Amino acid sequence: MTQTIEISGVTHAYDTASGKLPVLDNLDFIVPSASFCAVVGPSGCGKSTLTKLVAGLLIPDQGKVLLDGRAVKGPRSTVGMAFQNPVLLEWRTILDNVILPLEIVPNKLTRSQKEDRARELLSLVGLEGFETKRPSELSGGMRQRASLCRAIAHKPDILIMDEPFGALDAFTREDLWQTMHRLRAEEPFTCMLITHDLRESIYLADQTIVLSDRPARVQHTMDTSMNGRTDLDVLYEQEAVEMLHVLRDQIKIAQGRAEDAQAAQ
Amino acid sequence: MAYVPDPAPTPAAPSGTSFVQRLTSRAVLAPIAAIIVFLLFWEGLVWFNEWPNYIMASPSDLPPAYSRYWELFLVMGWQTLWRTVVGLLLAVVVGVIIGMIMGFSRTMRDALYPLLVGFNAIPKATLVPIVALLFVGQHDFNTVLIAFLISFFPIAVSISIGLSTLEPEYRDILRALGASQTTIFWKIALPKTLPEFFGALKVAVTLAFIGTNLMEIVSPHGRGLGALFDSGKTNSDYPLMFAVLIALAILGIALYYVVVALEKIFAGWAERAPS
Repeated sequence: MTQTIEISGVTHAYDTASGKLPVLDNLDFIVPSASFCAVVGPSGCGKSTLTKLVAGLLIPDQGKVLLDGRAVKGPRSTVGMAFQNPVLLEWRTILDNVILPLEIVPNKLTRSQKEDRARELLSLVGLEGFETKRPSELSGGMRQRASLCRAIAHKPDILIMDEPFGALDAFTREDLWQTMHRLRAEEPFTCMLITHDLRESIYLADQTIVLSDRPARVQHTMDTSMNGRTDLDVLYEQEAVEMLHVLRDQIKIAQGRAEDAQAAQ
Repeated sequence: MAYVPDPAPTPAAPSGTSFVQRLTSRAVLAPIAAIIVFLLFWEGLVWFNEWPNYIMASPSDLPPAYSRYWELFLVMGWQTLWRTVVGLLLAVVVGVIIGMIMGFSRTMRDALYPLLVGFNAIPKATLVPIVALLFVGQHDFNTVLIAFLISFFPIAVSISIGLSTLEPEYRDILRALGASQTTIFWKIALPKTLPEFFGALKVAVTLAFIGTNLMEIVSPHGRGLGALFDSGKTNSDYPLMFAVLIALAILGIALYYVVVALEKIFAGWAERAPS
């Protein structure tokens, strides 16, 4: 069962040596159940903090993160996470890495059922034949594929990704975008993606949210659903190019470079 | 849509070589050759300087010494070996516990480090008379204790560093699923720290031997190879003294390779294929 994520009046600050550092300021938005939301914004604006709040690893100072209307009070096994660093366990095979969440989350699966589940996911992302390899034997793109499989192995309701494709080269990244669409077609989850890549957000997300500089507020929300198209050509068509312009301008405004944005008009 | 995964780096060539082939391979022949060259050099040095064997024994003095005292060598060698191994096991248990305390708690790390470093800086030879007085007559216990005291430090430090440098993402992956601290330790922190642990254990092995022998040499009515060395000294049997040193070296090498074998079994994944 996918869940709706509702960020409601969320304000959060970190304690630092020089006092409180506000990172999120009265953040409000909704990610509808089973949809894909991308969050973009200047670096250091608090995007990663947002992922931790949704995952329940942090509790906001004010406001609430609601999943299907229920406030998040701590970590839940219904969440999957993927990071820029694939953080695979080097001492485990790829198959055992994907199985990891199934060893943690309470379930009634037998060992062979867990393996079947992992194999099914690995073949979905094109990694069949690599089950018994160690992470160090795989390329960066393949490691990230395995990391995605692990993130959704336990069929989470919500998938949170923090720049999962940020460290990959452009071609591998586009490959993984397509993999992501394939995963979404097969596996139900509500997805929140933190990214710096505006093309990525247009290609993958149904909705893109631009955050302002720290402390972050929602500065702009854009429908980037592209009518459900999943071919890469869509990125080179007029509609996507226009969206890209708007998003770039919004980022410039977020960075406090509004005059650049106006000059570009 | 046709889908082609990005290519993987070529994995290491499968080792289809037989056991015999591996025995005669570089890994075995090279060290043996190095030992032979070393012995020849030693023999040549003594011969060239015309040193009598009360100044410096030569390798050719060793076989007579071993054949004369082989029973003593077996008994004393065993004494030394088991005390060293017990001291080492104690060092592993205590070192891992201290390492875990310092690895998981920043406060404890700040608190304990100066104490630990200070203790490690004390020459352990100075502890020998203290320990001998504290536990008079408990020769086995004292020897094990010194072996332990001298060898737990690298283990504690490696475990604490391994645990405290665990990337937060590793923790988050499991924490987000609601895993407990214990689960995180068993599933991630412990295995990830194993390569550092074995590195430290290799250092600790040689240190433990030093500790055992310190006690065995100094302590009166001692046993073990250290005592044999001492009796060689008393009787001016210089070839015996050198034979003891070489026996110690052999024990050290043997125990070291036991650790290497354990490392291959438990942390073999950390070894990357040569590119």
